[in-house]
Amino acid sequence: MEDDAPVIYGLEFQARALTSQTAESDAIRFLVGTQSLKFDNQIHIIDFDDENNIISKSVLQHQAGEIWHISASPADKAVLTTCYNKTSESRVVTCGAVWRMPPEWESGSHESPDDPHNSHNPQNLELLCHLDNSSHGNASCVLWEPMGDGKHVISLADNHALLWDLTESSTQATISSSATLEGKGQLKFTAGKWSPHHNCTQLATANDTAIRGWDLRTMSQIYCIENAHGQLVRDLDFNPNKQYYLASCGDDCKVKFWDVRNINEPVKTLEEHSHWVWSVRFNHSHDQLVLTGSSDSRVILSNMVSISSEPFGHLVDDDDLSDGEDNHQDEKTKEPLQDSIISTYEEHEDSVYAVEWSSADPWLFASLSYDGRLVINRVPRALKYHILL
Amino acid sequence: MYGNFSRKRRVHGMLKLYYGLNEEGKTVDQAESMNPCDINGTHFDPEVYLNKLRRECSLGELMDQETCMVKQIRSLDSDMQTLVYENYNKFISATDTIRKMKNDFKKMEDEMDCLSTNMAAITEFSAHISGTLQDQHAQITKLSGVHTLLRKLQFLFELPARLNKCLELQAYSQAVSSHRRARCVLQQYSHMPSFRGIQDDCHAIMDKLAQELRQKFRDGGSSAKDLSECVELLLQLDEPAEELCDKFLIHAQSRLEANLRGLEAETDILEFIDRGCNEFVSSLCLVIASYQELFVNRPQEGELASKNIPHMAIGKLHAFVDAMATCYFLLVERRIQEEKSVGDNSLLVRALDRFHRRLQAVAKLLPGSAVPSQGTEIVVRAARERIKQYLAALQRFYLDSLRDVRQALAAPRLATGKDAPASLPELLSSLSASILNQIKSVLASVHLFTAKDITFSNKPYFKGEFCSQGVRESLVVNFIKFVCQSSRQFCESAGDRGGSTPPALLLLLSRLCLEYETSTITYILTLTDEQFLVQHRSPVTAVAALCGEAREAAQKLLNHYVKVQGLIISQMLRKSVETRDWVNTIEPRNVRAVMKRVVEDTTSIDVQVSLLYEEGTRKAHSSDSSKRTFSVYSGSRQQTRYAPSYTPSAAMDTNFLSNIHKLFSERIDIFSPVEFNKVSVLTGIIKISLKTFLECVRLRTFGRYGLQQIQVDCNYLQMYLWRFVSDENLVHFLLDEIVGSTAHRCLDPAPMEQSVIEVICERG
Repeated sequence: MEDDAPVIYGLEFQARALTSQTAESDAIRFLVGTQSLKFDNQIHIIDFDDENNIISKSVLQHQAGEIWHISASPADKAVLTTCYNKTSESRVVTCGAVWRMPPEWESGSHESPDDPHNSHNPQNLELLCHLDNSSHGNASCVLWEPMGDGKHVISLADNHALLWDLTESSTQATISSSATLEGKGQLKFTAGKWSPHHNCTQLATANDTAIRGWDLRTMSQIYCIENAHGQLVRDLDFNPNKQYYLASCGDDCKVKFWDVRNINEPVKTLEEHSHWVWSVRFNHSHDQLVLTGSSDSRVILSNMVSISSEPFGHLVDDDDLSDGEDNHQDEKTKEPLQDSIISTYEEHEDSVYAVEWSSADPWLFASLSYDGRLVINRVPRALKYHILL
Repeated sequence: MYGNFSRKRRVHGMLKLYYGLNEEGKTVDQAESMNPCDINGTHFDPEVYLNKLRRECSLGELMDQETCMVKQIRSLDSDMQTLVYENYNKFISATDTIRKMKNDFKKMEDEMDCLSTNMAAITEFSAHISGTLQDQHAQITKLSGVHTLLRKLQFLFELPARLNKCLELQAYSQAVSSHRRARCVLQQYSHMPSFRGIQDDCHAIMDKLAQELRQKFRDGGSSAKDLSECVELLLQLDEPAEELCDKFLIHAQSRLEANLRGLEAETDILEFIDRGCNEFVSSLCLVIASYQELFVNRPQEGELASKNIPHMAIGKLHAFVDAMATCYFLLVERRIQEEKSVGDNSLLVRALDRFHRRLQAVAKLLPGSAVPSQGTEIVVRAARERIKQYLAALQRFYLDSLRDVRQALAAPRLATGKDAPASLPELLSSLSASILNQIKSVLASVHLFTAKDITFSNKPYFKGEFCSQGVRESLVVNFIKFVCQSSRQFCESAGDRGGSTPPALLLLLSRLCLEYETSTITYILTLTDEQFLVQHRSPVTAVAALCGEAREAAQKLLNHYVKVQGLIISQMLRKSVETRDWVNTIEPRNVRAVMKRVVEDTTSIDVQVSLLYEEGTRKAHSSDSSKRTFSVYSGSRQQTRYAPSYTPSAAMDTNFLSNIHKLFSERIDIFSPVEFNKVSVLTGIIKISLKTFLECVRLRTFGRYGLQQIQVDCNYLQMYLWRFVSDENLVHFLLDEIVGSTAHRCLDPAPMEQSVIEVICERG
C-alpha cells in the first residue's frame, strides 16, 4: 500500500494560526491566519480534494491585524474567532473578535490557487463583535464551546478566563462570568482547552509550568498540576473519548498524558521531539492517534494505544460476536498493541506552531510552520486498516 | 661281541667325559682310533700294524721300534704291579672292619632282649597299682564336687545379705554383678521353697537398688560418668532401654538448655560463639559420646541383642540432637543478624569459623546428622546477608560521598566566589579514589570468607556461588549498576523539579561514569575475579554490558548537563526578551547586560567543562570569525518578496536567502546527544540558548530601535560565542535567523549600520 505523498501549500506570509472548520463535516477544510506587520493579514480557507489530491483556496482579508489564534464555530460554518495584534502607535495589544465570512466566498471567489488575481481583490471578513477586553489585558486564545450551539466562547486574556454569551446573530457579546488567576508575579494564560466532557462544564488552562482545571459553573479551580512540565506548557488537548485524559506539551520537549484524577504523575510521557513542542492534538475519532508539532520543524504522529479508549484495537461488533469461532481466532491474534511512533513528518523547514486534524476526515491532518507552509498529510494506510479492521 | 664292544666304548666315553677331554680330541681320537695301526687305539690290530711296519720301515727303524716298544711294555708292567699292590692293601683293611662290626652287633642284641623283659615287668606293676587306687580317686572327685556346690549354695544363701551390704555401701555395680550371677540359678530352682525365698529377697533388694539408681539418674546432679554407670547398671537390670534413653536425653536437655539460656546474655559475637562452642557444643558432644557409649556401641549380649537397641537409640539421638541444634541455631542466627556493623568483618568470620569448626566435631561423632550441614547453611546465609549489608554500605558510602562532593561544590562558591570549579578534577579524583578504596576494602573484608584457614571456605558454596553470584554479581556488579542507576536518577528527578542538582555535579558524575566505562569497571571486575578466582559456571554479567550501562549513564548525564546549563542561559534570554517593551525602546547605546552575562556564563561553563573533558575537534575557523556582517536584513529582501518559490501557489514573505540557506544546510537538532568533549558540550548549550532566543523573538513585536538592539546583541554574541562551538557556521546561522525574525517582527525595519554596531560592541 503506497501512501499518498503529502500535499504542500505555501502562504506568502508567516503564519501561526490554524484550525479546521469545525462545523463542516463534508469538506476537508482548514483555516489559516497569517502574521504580517506590514501588509494586510489574510485568512486562507484551504479546501482539500481528497480524491484528486488537489488544494483549492480562498482568501479573506483580515485587516484588523496579525492573527495569533484562530478558531471556528462548531455551529455555524461561517463564524470564526481570531485573536489578533493591534498596533496603535507605540502600543501593541492583542484583541479577540468574532467574524463572519462573507456568504459569497464559497460560490464567488472560489478559484484555483494558481490564479494570480485572486490575492489582489479578496473579500473582507464581516466583523460580528469584539470580545472587548480592554480591562482584562491581551487575549491569548478564544475557545468555542465544543459541540455547542455557537453561543458561548471563552477567551483567555492575561490572567483572566472570560466566559462570553453571544446573541443569536453573534453580533453582541457579553461577559457572563469570569475567573482570575491569582498569584505572585505576572501570571498569564498561555493556552487553554474547553473540555467536551461533563456537559462542557470544564476548562483546562496552562500558565507557565502549571496546568489548571476550572469548573465553569462556579468559575473556580478544580485541580492544578504544578510543574506539569519542566518548562513552559505550550498546548493542551482533551482526549475526546476518555473524559479524564488530557495531553499537554511544552518547552521541555515532552508530551505528557494526564489522568486528572491523579495529578501527581503523568500516565505517559513522550520525549521524541528535539525542541519545544507547540501543539498536541488527539484524533477526534481514534484517540490513540496523537499529533504533535514542534519547533524542531517536525510533526510526529504517535500511536498511544495503551492509554486510548481502544486499548485492544477496534472493538468487536455485535455481528462478529455471534460468530463464535472467528471471534476466538480474533482474540488470539489481537494482543495488546504497543505504543509507538507511527511516523515523523519532516516536510517543514521552520518551526511548526500548529497541527490540526481535519473535522471531516479522521485520517487527515494539517500542520503549519512559521514560514507559511501548510502540509496536509494522511495517516499511513496500513495503520488505518489495522485500526479499522 | 659287537654289543659288548660298544658298551665298553660307552664306558670309555664316560670316563673321557669325566676327565674333561674335549670334543676335538674325541674326534681326533675317533679318527685315530679307527686306525688299526694306532697302538693306543681301540681298533688296534697287531697283524696289520706289524705288516705295516714291516712294509714301511727299514731294519734299523724296526730295531728302534722294537727297543722302544720293549721299553714301553716294561714301564707299563711296573705300573700295573704298583696298582695291584695298592688295591690289595685296601681290600685287606676293609675285610677287617667288617669282621669287627659283626661282633659288636651280636653284643647289642643281647642287651636289647634284657630291656624288653624289664619293660614288661614295669607294665605289670603299674597296672596293679592303678587297680588298687581306683576307688579312692572316685571318692575324692565326688567330694570336691560337693564342695563346689556347697560354696555356690552358700553364695546363694548369703546373697541377700551381701546385696544389702552392697546397697549400704553403694557398691551398686558389685551388687548388680552378684545378682546377675545368681539370677539364672535362682530362676531355675525357683520351684523349691528355700530358693524361692532367696529369689524373692533378692528381687526385693534389687528393686530397691534399681529404685535408688533411678533416683540417682533422675537427680541429675551427678556427673556424666556417674550417669553412664547408672545407665549401664540399669540396663543390666533389664530396665527398658527406650525409657532410659529418653530419661538420659531429657536430663541432657535440661543441662543444654541451661547452657543456651546462659548464651542469650552474651553480647559480643565472638564471645557469644566462643561460649556457645565451649558450653553448648562441648556438652552436646559429651552427651552424644556418652550416649553412644551407653546405648549404641556397647557389646550386645543375651536377650539385649534381640531388642536392637542401637537402632532405636540412634534414632532417638538424632531427633534429640536435631532439636537441640535447632534451638542453638535459632539463637546463633538471631545473634548473627544483629551483627550489622560492617566495620570489621574478621570478627564475624572468625566467629563463624569457630562455630562451623566446632560443629565438625558433632559431625564426627554422629556421622548421619544434619547438624553440620545446617550449620553450613547458617554460615552461607550469614555470608549472603553480609554481602547484602556490604552492598548497602557501599551504596550509603557512595551517596555520602556524593553529598560531600555537593557540599564541596557549594561551599567554596559561597566563600570565595569562583574558586569552586578549580577543584573539580580533584573532587573527581578523590571521589573515584575513595569509592575504589571502599570497594577494595569491602572486597578484602568479604575475602575473609574464602581464606584458606577458614574451615568453611572449602565448601562448594564458598568456592563457587559465593564468589560468582555473591561477590561478583550481588556485590560488585550491583554496586556498579547502582552507581549508574543513581546517576540516571539525577537526570530524571532534576528535570521536573527545576534542576535541583548542581550542574557541576552532573558534569562530574558524567565524567565519573565515563571513567568507569573506560577503565574502572574492567579493573574492579578483574580484581574481583582474581581475588576470588571466580569460575564462571553460572552466567554472569559481562564487562561489556556494564560498560555499556555506564556509558549510557555518562551520556545521559552529559546530555542533562547540557540541557540544564542551556536552560539556565535560555531562561535569562527569555526573560530579557519577554519583559522588555521592544516597540518603545530607546536607540541602542551599548550591548545589553544580559548578553554579557550570557557570554560570561558560557565562558565559565567552558572553563568548567574543560577541567573534566578534552577539547574535541572543531571545524577550521575563518579568518574573521568574530567579525561578520549579518546579511539577513538587506535591500534584496524587498525584491524577493513576490518572487515565485518552490510552491506554485504562493509567493514568499520570508527571507529568500535564509530559505535557500535552510534548503542546503542540515537540519539542526537542538536537544541532541552530545559527544564526550568540551566543544560538543558547549555547542549543545549554545544551540539551545540561541534557539530559545529565536523562538522568543518571534513572539514579540519590535520597534526600530528594538531591532537595532537585537542586531547589536547578536553581533556581540557572534564576537564571543564562535570560539566555543565546533562549527561556527551554526552560530552564524542561528544568529542570522534571530536577526531575520526580528526584522520580520519589526514595525519599522530600519537596520543599524554595521560599523556603528561594531563600535558599540567593541565599546562593550
